[in-house]
Amino acid sequence: MRQVAIAGVGMTKFGRSEKTQVEMFAEAAIDAIKESNLNIKDIQAVYVGNADGNVEEGQSVLASMCAADIGLEGVPATRFEGACSSSTVAIINAFAWVASGLYDIVLAGGTERQRIMETSLATRVMGFGVHSRYETPTGLSFPGIFAMMAHLYAKKYGVSLSELKEAMAKVSFKAHKNGCTNEKAQFFGKVVTMEDIHQSPMVASPLQVFDCCPISDGAAAVVVTSADIAKRIISKPVLIAGIGQSSAGSVSSQKDITRPKARDISAKRAYDMAGLTPKDIDVCELHDCFTIAEIVATEGLGFFDFGDGYKAVLRGDTEIGGKISINPSGGIKAKGHPVGATGAAQVYEIAKQLRGECGPRQVEGAKIGMTDTMGGSFASLAHIILRRGW
Amino acid sequence: MQYLLTSNKFIAGFREGKFLGLQCNECGVYTVPPQKVCSECHSENMKIVELSGNGEVQTFTVIHVPAEGFNPPYIVSLVKLEEGPWVVANIIDFAPEQANMELIGKKGKLGYKEIKPDAFSGGERIALTLRII
Repeated sequence: MRQVAIAGVGMTKFGRSEKTQVEMFAEAAIDAIKESNLNIKDIQAVYVGNADGNVEEGQSVLASMCAADIGLEGVPATRFEGACSSSTVAIINAFAWVASGLYDIVLAGGTERQRIMETSLATRVMGFGVHSRYETPTGLSFPGIFAMMAHLYAKKYGVSLSELKEAMAKVSFKAHKNGCTNEKAQFFGKVVTMEDIHQSPMVASPLQVFDCCPISDGAAAVVVTSADIAKRIISKPVLIAGIGQSSAGSVSSQKDITRPKARDISAKRAYDMAGLTPKDIDVCELHDCFTIAEIVATEGLGFFDFGDGYKAVLRGDTEIGGKISINPSGGIKAKGHPVGATGAAQVYEIAKQLRGECGPRQVEGAKIGMTDTMGGSFASLAHIILRRGW
Repeated sequence: MQYLLTSNKFIAGFREGKFLGLQCNECGVYTVPPQKVCSECHSENMKIVELSGNGEVQTFTVIHVPAEGFNPPYIVSLVKLEEGPWVVANIIDFAPEQANMELIGKKGKLGYKEIKPDAFSGGERIALTLRII
């Protein structure tokens, strides 16, 4: 297997868009290709992550439409679906095919247009990520799953709900503080106070509006090449040091959802391939679709002991420049969560962080970064570890 | 190899007053809801059994912003069955505004309710319910 790198990244602003999924993807793709100093015709395959495009716009064969729109008709084009982890899975597959030598240059990313749907339909469609026969009929929403995670966490570790809620509010506050300075973020320029967070309406107890990510439109794309090619064409190639992917079934089959097994397996694979440990990671973009999800992920990735994640937030360990900088982009919470594009946007942020291009939210001296993306009810977990290649 | 307990059979069981599950003939572990192989040892050698319907609340939430077709507020919970497996169920006949951390650990009886199919449900469907004792 040969070394593989990210040669260019691009993303649209996340939020509400009047553009179609194909149009948004085309914008992100062209930006990524331009950054890589390659020409469009150099791309040998197009991999597009997308969760619910069929329902949102009545569009299947989305990857083919995306490829054709930027003049790449004729190349193999494939859509990858792993709910919110879709584009991480697309990038991992681009990595695998480039590593194998079948392709030298693959365009991978994701696109999603959720805001075209009313909130109730969007909630129904995102609920596709739960077991449709045995769990969806209870009206279990996505916030509902993570709400149950929060209550279980409080019970398991003997934490009062009020203390856990305070840590969760601080996760949200940090996300918005970081995202406020990220011009690509849905909440760019918006100041959110602890009072706003505490006073927001209840969605699924104990989660309030500001514990939940927004509904978003957006696209992100990256150019994946062999490390040899990347070193020839750009000055700061970002190497893919390790990847991991894992799966699980229904929510109930996983029992203790404060520690999704698929994360344990996938993260270990990524660390092992990279020959690294959690202590080596300088910056991490992880799946904070809900505030409690960030706390649980920081434990699952090995940054903190199980049951210590909420205390780490209260200590300030996850701030930019803290023990481990978590979600400097604003994360899913403040940057936005166009689900099919989320993983590629995480890779975009880590690449920019390693290249030192993040301005006010820059993690100083970041050399090694990691992404963590979770799809469905912890049913699809995917990880990518990236490091400087210069 | 035929699927032993399909979701349609599982649903039909409730309509006949039976809470059906699978028990492994190799390791004895119960698998509920049903799947092709034992959740513990992955053997296909399982039998259909009737469950006690006794369960204990492990965690819960009161949903205020629902998915299309549901009327809030309502309670969703993860329930541990007496036989071991966990299931997702609606806690019924319990005021949502009374639901707090003390609900965790409470015991109840499992049942079911019919849920109207929608465009995405793949046909008829039911939700499991838990009535606290």
